[in-house]
Amino acid sequence: MTETTSAEQFGSSRVKRGLAEMLKGGVIMDVVTAEQARIAEDAGAVAVMALERVPADIRSQGGVARMSDPDLIDSIIAEVSIPVMAKARIGHFVEAQVLEALKVDYIDESEVLSPADYVNHIDKWNFQTPFVCGATNLGEALRRITEGAAMIRSKGEAGTGDVSEATKHIRTIRGEIARLSALSKDELYVAAKELQAPYELVAEIAATGKLPVVLFVAGGVSTPADAAMMMQLGADGVFVGSGIFKSGNPQARANAIVKAVTFYDDPSVVAAVSRGLGEAMVGINVSDLAAPHRLSERGW
Amino acid sequence: MTVGVLALQGDFREHAAVLAALGAEVELVRRPEELARVSGLVIPGGESSVMDKLSRAFGLAEPLRDAVHAGLPVYGTCAGLIMLADTVLDGIAGQQSIGGLDISVRRNAFGSQAESFETELDVPVLGAPPVHAVFIRAPVVEVVGPRATALARLADGRCVAVQQGNLLGTSFHPEITGEHRFHEHFLRMVSDAKFRGAAS
Repeated sequence: MTETTSAEQFGSSRVKRGLAEMLKGGVIMDVVTAEQARIAEDAGAVAVMALERVPADIRSQGGVARMSDPDLIDSIIAEVSIPVMAKARIGHFVEAQVLEALKVDYIDESEVLSPADYVNHIDKWNFQTPFVCGATNLGEALRRITEGAAMIRSKGEAGTGDVSEATKHIRTIRGEIARLSALSKDELYVAAKELQAPYELVAEIAATGKLPVVLFVAGGVSTPADAAMMMQLGADGVFVGSGIFKSGNPQARANAIVKAVTFYDDPSVVAAVSRGLGEAMVGINVSDLAAPHRLSERGW
Repeated sequence: MTVGVLALQGDFREHAAVLAALGAEVELVRRPEELARVSGLVIPGGESSVMDKLSRAFGLAEPLRDAVHAGLPVYGTCAGLIMLADTVLDGIAGQQSIGGLDISVRRNAFGSQAESFETELDVPVLGAPPVHAVFIRAPVVEVVGPRATALARLADGRCVAVQQGNLLGTSFHPEITGEHRFHEHFLRMVSDAKFRGAAS
């Protein structure tokens, strides 16, 4: 047999976006200890997000939220064999460099942490490690993709257990994509201007009817029914943050949400897995949050 | 001829799109009754530990194992290759596979995402040109047993594609690069096997 001799190419867009393709139909769970990471992997998470405090605690404890301690991230990478993601502050390219040095599988440039730069996001093309970024609407998603994001998650309102913002953001993004598909070529120039995104990217989305990267939902998902609803609204998968490890029975809830995402269109399965899960996380209604405390308004 | 794609998790829609483009009737398979309707099955890329867990939780693992033993043609990419391996190295605690391929596969053999790459790969059974292959936290076939045949190797000699009778497996993902020759090869296997599921 002839052997392959050509060069290997690392860190290409295809390789970065490809990992997100493999996570589709799955649940990515926030974990703050190696023990939680083990529970998440055993429950069927496709990846874990390693962080020091889940968003609900960041919200209640206040203060500046930063990248996690490298020792914590190392301990989680050592514990599990599924991909490990970690968060850098918006615009904090050195935190991202550190996470790349730690060999995390994905970097989340996240509004859940305190922004480090109120003007610029990280130039994500400078990294071989892929990035996922939050978005509340199509324009924001396209600006992040233009900066090099290889995966988008709608933001929702993290740490609340209130799914209404997640619903709003996925509906907004999907609705704006559908609207682009109906526009003629000359109208797409104006659409690109309004979305503050490159024309080529806008035209590509109008033609294909979808983002060029995978789109997950995050922020407020806390029950199997929440997760299944996000999938029915067109998500490729879900992030669950505080919803699992702030609930009464994390193991059972994690298991149930994984099954609900796979059988999102089968109410009998969603009903079956929703039984006997114990207490859901105590929620905060987003409408009770004063605007400065809304994490989804960070990033632009 | 209906070809199934295991749709528990992973990039099953990309496989379904390639198969449909090649003229196959495609059925997404999550339940035993769906498996019973197909003449061939693709197990996609994704997370093998999740597919294993869900296939057992929803009663699909045993019927799938039985179908493989009965001669169902199956093509697995990445996680799918792991699912078809008789022996899985570096699985999570308690991880099982469907088996059928006389091989030992190491999960995440290259390491973290930093080691994911794309390259040109000679695959003699497909002829020229080489396959543009994408390896994403990919597995490697460490031991090719006497009943299995290596179809492609990396420059360092590691095996990344195998066939054994009606079973085909690749460490990489033709479904995301526009490469259709593996799926064409698989559809010929399906056509030759004339496998009749339990429902037919």
